[in-house]
Amino acid sequence: MKVAATLSVNGFAYPVELDPGTNLLAAVRDVIGLTGSKEGCDDSECGACMMLLDGQPVNACSYLALQAEGSEITTVEGLADGDTLAPLQVAFLELGGVQCGFCTPGMLVSATALLADNPSPTEDDVRIGLSGNLCRCTGYDGIVKAVLSVAGSS
Amino acid sequence: MSMQTFTTAATVEEAVAAVAAGARPVAGGTDLVVGARTGKSTMPGSVVAIHRVAELRGVEPLADGGLRLGSLASHAEIAESDDVCARFTALSDASAIVGSHATRAQGTVGGNLMNASPAMETGGPLVCLGATVTLRSPSGTRSVAVEDLWTGPGKTTAAPDELLVGVEVPAPAAGTGSAYVRLEYRRQMEIAVVGATAAVTVVDGVVTAARVAMTALSATIRRVPDAEAALVGSDGGSAAIESAGAAVAAAATPISDVRGSADYRRAMAAVIARRAIKTALSRARGENA
Repeated sequence: MKVAATLSVNGFAYPVELDPGTNLLAAVRDVIGLTGSKEGCDDSECGACMMLLDGQPVNACSYLALQAEGSEITTVEGLADGDTLAPLQVAFLELGGVQCGFCTPGMLVSATALLADNPSPTEDDVRIGLSGNLCRCTGYDGIVKAVLSVAGSS
Repeated sequence: MSMQTFTTAATVEEAVAAVAAGARPVAGGTDLVVGARTGKSTMPGSVVAIHRVAELRGVEPLADGGLRLGSLASHAEIAESDDVCARFTALSDASAIVGSHATRAQGTVGGNLMNASPAMETGGPLVCLGATVTLRSPSGTRSVAVEDLWTGPGKTTAAPDELLVGVEVPAPAAGTGSAYVRLEYRRQMEIAVVGATAAVTVVDGVVTAARVAMTALSATIRRVPDAEAALVGSDGGSAAIESAGAAVAAAATPISDVRGSADYRRAMAAVIARRAIKTALSRARGENA
């Protein structure tokens, strides 16, 4: 039986009806229609589905959507201000942090959480902070440089 | 079976009543949802979310020098606590390396303990630090030593109507140091291939008390009395550490799986145990390891 709930994603309230076992990633992608967050491993290993729950990172594939009612959910779509990309997004584009793009939404969300927690990270801090996010293209170097380039600037 | 009912508890009473009525509690979901999807377990038909219960939160130092953790204390909160880092260091070591930053933000100590994985990170430290858990049912509460909590992989001595509501860790004796070390293949999203915890008390250069526990080396995390006996009364030098490590390897009954063969685990048991013991001794001596 479906359960009615309201999920608040990127500042918008979305009324939804969900099977109780639906995970947050499926709710946001398939029911709400925000497809920026990706399903990679579907097993909390790769970080492609990373979202923020009240500012804290969550592997959305492994979190029950109904538990998120009452929390503010942030996805990659919520990082830009309208058509103006966030400084982190610009840095990813300019410094080679994006190749195929599949890990990028999760990387951006994890990096956002990292910088909120530690505005002036060292390179080690960045590499550890992003080590729950796998990238098969970039070799991570561009991503790390991009995060470091905006660290302390906001 | 798919999940049929989902409720969110606002109070401990509501959470306990739901568990007693057969609901499976969920907090961070990091084990439950993944386990159900991979077929390791089935998604329970009835779930009660306990993550909004404020009384179950908290990492609180106690007046007597002990520590109280609410069952919802997240690994991130534990790892970031100055009290835990200073005096319950093995627990700090463990919580700091659970899963990824996302797992640590959502995953809780209560869930870690009650999932009863023999490879869980926080179990060995809580055993060696002498922690107890408080289990609550509609008929009352009782305390169980963490080392008596597990009976096998995924199995606990908690009754079906009991909910873990908190963890208490007694004040360590003066001169105590502790450490948790695991063998790992990657920095995050890793599970212990082999793990070891040591908590030792050193007075005037002599080891007066020692607890050593092994992780991912038997059906449950458990202490190794022979390793402890090898340390107590010694100077904590290399001969004592060597024989304590050998005792852990001798006590190990590991499985072979995708992360390591039984032979490899047994060989590494001594190495990882020695590292944990050495680090705990250094910390007990105030060497700031």
